Amino acid sequence: MTDGVTDVITVTGLRKSFGHTNALDGLDLTVSQGEVHGFLGPNGSGKSTTIRVLLGLLRADSGTASVLGQDPWRDATELHRSIAYVPGDVVLWPTLSGGEVIDLLGRLRGGIDDARRRRLVARFELDETKKGRAYSKGNRQKVALVAALASDARLLILDEPTAGLDPLMEEVFQAELADLRAQGRTTLLSSHILSEVEKACDRVSIVRSGRIVDTGSLADLRHLTRTRVHAVLRAAPTPVEVAQWPGVHDVDLVGGELRCSVEATHLGDLVEQLGRQGVEALTCQPPTLEELFLARYHEPVP
Amino acid sequence: MTTRLAGAPDLFRLAWRRDRILVPASVLGLVALSVGSAQATLALYPDDASAAEGLAGILTNPSVLAMYGPLASQTAEALAVFKTVMMGAFLTAVLGFVVVRRHTRTEEEEGRLELVGSGVVGRWSPLAAAVALALVAVVAASAFSAAGLAALGMDVEGSVAFGVAWLAAGLATVGVTAVAVQLASTTRGAAGLGFGFLAAMYALRAIADSADAGTLTHALGWLSPLGWAGRVEACGANRQWVLLLGLGALVIGVGIGVAVLDRRDLGAGLIPARNGPSRGGALLSSPLGLVTQLARGTIIGWTVGLTLGAVAIGSLLESIADLADDEVIQDFLRRLGGSAGTIEDIFVATEVRFVAVAVAASGVALVLRLVAAERSGLGEAVLATPTSRGRWYAAHVVVPLALVTALMALFGLVLGLVGSAVAPLAPSVGAAVAASLATLPAVWVVVGVAAFLGGAFPRFAPFAWGVLLVAFVVGELGATMDLPSWLIDASPFAHLSQLPGGSFELVSAVVLTLVAAALVVAGWAAYRRRDAV
Repeated sequence: MTDGVTDVITVTGLRKSFGHTNALDGLDLTVSQGEVHGFLGPNGSGKSTTIRVLLGLLRADSGTASVLGQDPWRDATELHRSIAYVPGDVVLWPTLSGGEVIDLLGRLRGGIDDARRRRLVARFELDETKKGRAYSKGNRQKVALVAALASDARLLILDEPTAGLDPLMEEVFQAELADLRAQGRTTLLSSHILSEVEKACDRVSIVRSGRIVDTGSLADLRHLTRTRVHAVLRAAPTPVEVAQWPGVHDVDLVGGELRCSVEATHLGDLVEQLGRQGVEALTCQPPTLEELFLARYHEPVP
Repeated sequence: MTTRLAGAPDLFRLAWRRDRILVPASVLGLVALSVGSAQATLALYPDDASAAEGLAGILTNPSVLAMYGPLASQTAEALAVFKTVMMGAFLTAVLGFVVVRRHTRTEEEEGRLELVGSGVVGRWSPLAAAVALALVAVVAASAFSAAGLAALGMDVEGSVAFGVAWLAAGLATVGVTAVAVQLASTTRGAAGLGFGFLAAMYALRAIADSADAGTLTHALGWLSPLGWAGRVEACGANRQWVLLLGLGALVIGVGIGVAVLDRRDLGAGLIPARNGPSRGGALLSSPLGLVTQLARGTIIGWTVGLTLGAVAIGSLLESIADLADDEVIQDFLRRLGGSAGTIEDIFVATEVRFVAVAVAASGVALVLRLVAAERSGLGEAVLATPTSRGRWYAAHVVVPLALVTALMALFGLVLGLVGSAVAPLAPSVGAAVAASLATLPAVWVVVGVAAFLGGAFPRFAPFAWGVLLVAFVVGELGATMDLPSWLIDASPFAHLSQLPGGSFELVSAVVLTLVAAALVVAGWAAYRRRDAV
């Protein structure tokens, strides 16, 4: 695992349409060896379609995709020896018990680690004897998660795996995710739960209308957004003056109290300016994840 | 009462909206079956005297009576409706069953009823809406058929009696289904109960109708709703009051259904769901094993059902031996079929073809699970493992092909054993097995059609049922409906050898097998190329 960083998933210019709907519209995505990569986007933006192309279940209309150095459509079967997948909507065979499904999927993947399987069943507190139709949504997800995590897959593709889990199980999942990373395995994690993304992901890609609109570490993404500033000044400038300072927006100046937002690259300039104005109190607030994503989700698509 | 039925009209409209093609198309098909068949027969035999030839063909083949019920009278009109009374009553019953199940247990199993039921919807409303739509369907099929027959110039009382025969069977089945969907907690379980009931009722009336009138066995036919259809004796005794039996069964069934509804939980059935093993058995380690394990209930059900059927049919050979003593009839049969076979041979040949169609249905149902798995997302779960599409497709074709082959062999074997035990002139075990196996090429073609549609055009895969139904109706009624010969030839069942008694036609068998193989391979090739989810 110490040899240089290689890319596990490389996707360029992927397009896929269903009838008149363009599900993927020139999507690019790179996931590096050993990282937990967050895959985010509003509902219907193309996350699941991308994942299904990466699994070779759908055939892209154009563009190239390479997973673990193989073509997911042509080499699907061979490739799947190294992949474990948890679908967004876990469906189980109504007449098979959870334990039977775990064994089935494990054997179809080429074997299952019994000790790890037992440990995971215990950690997720899963009743393996219930039949598929008797499980709740969260328990169906646990079945799929145990099957995936008990495998030796080099790449895990998890499509909203925790959407039905309770907070305790969510914590178990986080710990397992950390283990995966420690073992140098790669995870592509699609999720709407931002705290989960913040804790687990090294990098994220945000998809909108079938295209990646942003990709990078959370620090990188934060850097692209504005910081909110609240300052109390002794010598107040006029609002027009403040608005002319570089990178400053949304100016609200009442008496000596200034509220504005500033581009991350100009935060230093602003602090200098404020120092000259005799600043008495100053708070700077980086954008919360929610704000960051809401901004990305709302932005008009170019 | 009113709160339990709250929202029922809205649910009825929803059900109608979803079935606005299914119901009218089925009704139209049934009316075309009854009226078209009668019209063709009356054109062929315009009066009772000329009908004697056609009637003789029926009266001398006991398997035809076992299959279609009693002949109401020796008139052209009775001949015109003879086959369609029973066939149509059965199909009307199936229509009633399908509509009720679709809008009750299926909705509940898929979880849609939970969403609907959280609105202002009474506990009885889904069942009420489903029963109402099913009644619309069976009443329309029966009433339009009766009107159509009367419009052909047939006796009005006889036409109405024909409608009554279908309606009685349809109403009773709607009532039975109202109970079945409460008992079973799954759609498939309800299908097992519903079709099991229809098969049992059909077998009961076949045995009863083969017995002499006045015996206890013959009287047992009154216990079967399909027996009622025959005993209306449309264009004969015209027993319109039989409709009351159908109405009674409907009221009792719906009554039990709502009583159970008031006591059970949403999603549950009276037959409780059991837990399973915590570890997977040896079968669950390959796609083929998985498909086999999932089909276990179907395999067991068909094996048991077909064995019982073979025993019942085989034991009928005993009474047929009496008829065969008549030298005149033997001579007639020889001229009629151009076949040198005995009456036992002809009986077995007819039954074997009929069973082959039913066995083909079991194969189609299993093949279509490929499409069902694709739709539900289960296929995605398997195809995300190192299981190639080719293997997944193959598993869904190999299991049905093996099943239909084994079932036909089993049927021939049991029929042969029972037959030769009760009737000295019955075909030997070897001949019965050979006759049974000789139908396989046609069965494989039907399974191949389903495999091809599932592989290449999953949205149209249910049309495989239509193909089977048309192949059956054309094969059975083609001659009496005066259909063009190219249409009859399009049915794979039209190209089977006349066995036992006749000779095995190797060329047809090989050609049919090649067609089946080509369909399977074409479906396989298409499935590997298309999107799999």
